Amino acid sequence: MSNNEIYTLTVNGETREVRDAWVGESLLYVLRERLGLPGAKGACEQGECGSCTVVIDNRAVCSCLVLAASATGKEIATVEGLNPDGSLTDVQQAFIDEGAVQCGFCTPGLVVAVHGLLERNPHPDELEVKEALSGNICRCTGYGRIFAAVDKVIADRNGGAR
Amino acid sequence: MSVLTPTTISDAAASLAAHPDAQILSGGTDFMVEVNFNHRKPSTVVALGGIEELRRWSNDGTSVFIGAGVTWQDIETGPISALLPALAEAARTVGSPQIRAAGTIGGNLGTCSPAGDGLPVLAALECNIHLVSPRGERIVPFADFMVGPKRNSRAADEIITGVTVPVPDGYQGYAKVGVRNAMVISIASACLVIHDNKVRVALGSVGPTIIRATGAEQWLDQMQAVPGRAVSPAVAAEFGRRVADEARPIDDHRSTADYRRHAISVITRRLLERSAQS
Repeated sequence: MSNNEIYTLTVNGETREVRDAWVGESLLYVLRERLGLPGAKGACEQGECGSCTVVIDNRAVCSCLVLAASATGKEIATVEGLNPDGSLTDVQQAFIDEGAVQCGFCTPGLVVAVHGLLERNPHPDELEVKEALSGNICRCTGYGRIFAAVDKVIADRNGGAR
Repeated sequence: MSVLTPTTISDAAASLAAHPDAQILSGGTDFMVEVNFNHRKPSTVVALGGIEELRRWSNDGTSVFIGAGVTWQDIETGPISALLPALAEAARTVGSPQIRAAGTIGGNLGTCSPAGDGLPVLAALECNIHLVSPRGERIVPFADFMVGPKRNSRAADEIITGVTVPVPDGYQGYAKVGVRNAMVISIASACLVIHDNKVRVALGSVGPTIIRATGAEQWLDQMQAVPGRAVSPAVAAEFGRRVADEARPIDDHRSTADYRRHAISVITRRLLERSAQS
């Protein structure tokens, strides 16, 4: 595949064509600038902040470190695809209820990471939550309200028990 | 730039032979940073993510073969972690969960940074690296593989297909020092294993390559300390000092040579003590 060659990506279950692109573009750039999906945020562009987290083939990864042209044939899921009808997921609602959103820039990446964690492990303990979210940097909250939101989702999904 | 996406090892090797200047892309956690910051713009990229056979691993009872495309997440959380606990512990310190889900053991070997978290473990376990080119397969011991900082003996047309890791009969431990717990590049790291009643120790981030502290290993052997049994605090401390003497650290933006030397003596002393408690 070379520059300006059309390639296709599978994003949130839909086949999307990428046109007129430089073949070295990151998946983050392609999602935001070519496909109109600005949910994943770009900050560090070196995999340190987690604000661009998406799920590829059931693994939460930094979309800034994925060469988009090499992701053909893979199942890509972004924060926009969590609830296809656009309504809030329980994780998103808990972030609002617990005040875990301040400037909001890190929120989409954290929401995707929390969904990924709870799919793998529905009953994480405190250390497991902290380790699972250690790749998502938030400069506003100090994380307390984010952990409170995760605790709320765990409790709600388990009928009040952790 | 053009991007090639082979789906078999032989196709990948043929692609590299046709494009000797090609950049190999595995998990992307090193290379894509350079692309994003315009530090590198290779004319050809050979992306290995579509090669299913690189993601295989197997265990024959005496050694574990790990395909180059196996991720740190797989090593940290999958069945390999029970066979190679030091490698799993190193895996747990790689970047963040997102980095571990993408980054591969083959990429760690390909980049060959002195700070590569998995490399001290692969050195102490005396792994063999499998390289495939259109000329055939070559198997290289780790000691002959890493030749300098970010330099290895892989030829331009060779693809790293995996590593064979002999499972030792005794303790396997790993320790790493950085400025914090998560998402950090090591300032000093070490792996200590016991096999056939001998201690082996390999050091990361304290020299241009991973360093086997063979002098300290031999000193311990001559002390006739029984590996895996309690060592006196004086012997453990002297072991750490001798290990530090074999380190060749530098001052850089992450730490000083003095601190690295101190840190490597402390973590190797602790690993020796832990090996006696296990």
